[in-house]
Amino acid sequence: MAASSSSSSFSKPPCAACKFLRRRCLSGCIFAPYFPPEEPTKFVNVHKIFGASNVSKLLNEIPAHQREDAVNSLTYEAEARLKDPVYGCVGAITILQRQVFTLQRELDATNADIMRFASGTGAPRGSGSGYDDPNSTDYWTGKGQDGGI
Amino acid sequence: MASSSTTSPCAACKFLRRKCLPECVFAPYFPPDQPQKFANVHKVFGASNVTKLLNELQPHQREDAVNSLAYEADMRLRDPVYGCVGVISLLQHQLRQLQMDLSCAKSELSKYQNLGISGHGLLHHHQGITNLARDHHHFHHQLFPVTNQQMIRAFDGGSGYDASSLLSMNMSASIGQLGGFQQSRAAGPATDGRRTPVEPS
Repeated sequence: MAASSSSSSFSKPPCAACKFLRRRCLSGCIFAPYFPPEEPTKFVNVHKIFGASNVSKLLNEIPAHQREDAVNSLTYEAEARLKDPVYGCVGAITILQRQVFTLQRELDATNADIMRFASGTGAPRGSGSGYDDPNSTDYWTGKGQDGGI
Repeated sequence: MASSSTTSPCAACKFLRRKCLPECVFAPYFPPDQPQKFANVHKVFGASNVTKLLNELQPHQREDAVNSLAYEADMRLRDPVYGCVGVISLLQHQLRQLQMDLSCAKSELSKYQNLGISGHGLLHHHQGITNLARDHHHFHHQLFPVTNQQMIRAFDGGSGYDASSLLSMNMSASIGQLGGFQQSRAAGPATDGRRTPVEPS
């Protein structure tokens, strides 16, 4: 009989986490379903930002059916932090919040213009979308703006 | 001998139960009167990871980095499954809605501008648009009554935050990646309308 360790017919390769951590990947490994061996970078990034033990604790506190989403969001945050060590994904949040704020103001202004027409009080204050707002969406798309806040 | 200056240890060293040295990398950013800030960051990221991260940054960038880490940690503790990504998803959804509404409103406005109509017959229709705008405004403030203000204050407060530098860091690509992430989810905050407001402390 061949030694048990030489037969690889029924042994699964270690997950990316256990391979990186150089440990045996047991059947109940919490990382294995979410960090397949063919995606080593995914775990490397998550480990670099959050640490394997923190991720393990977090996953253990989450119901099993939500762990995949949790790992995906952690992966996204880790990658964002590696690309932007100062702001991480919070930079995206700030940008989006400002875009929402700006669009809301533009919508309010447009509706106010419509109401003015509807009430017969005449033309709006400005034409088209209105004002030269440095925080307008054109700023974020780089059209006709020089960037910066 | 009189005792040396007895400044209290920073929140990090107090939490880690170690002596807070003058060159402590945490001290400028984790004051002793904000213990929860470090506790959260430590729980999510770990002290050693934060140390490595801060040591790789210029000193003038560290405050912003700590604040963003604190925000991420807070969001992750409030929402262990989605963390900040839930906020991004929600904001993207809001943005899409606003873009559609704005497009409709501009289309409506252009009709007025083209035809020069000032009658009252369309008044009810436009009240609908106004209501829609008002609902979105209310929806926006319902979910972010404080977040918006706190976030903008946190990053506008003379800390040198420059949105254009973020754009140059291909942030839009990161958000684009999130689109793929959203589609892979079985259910997400954007589709279930978010459970509760998510606000930083």
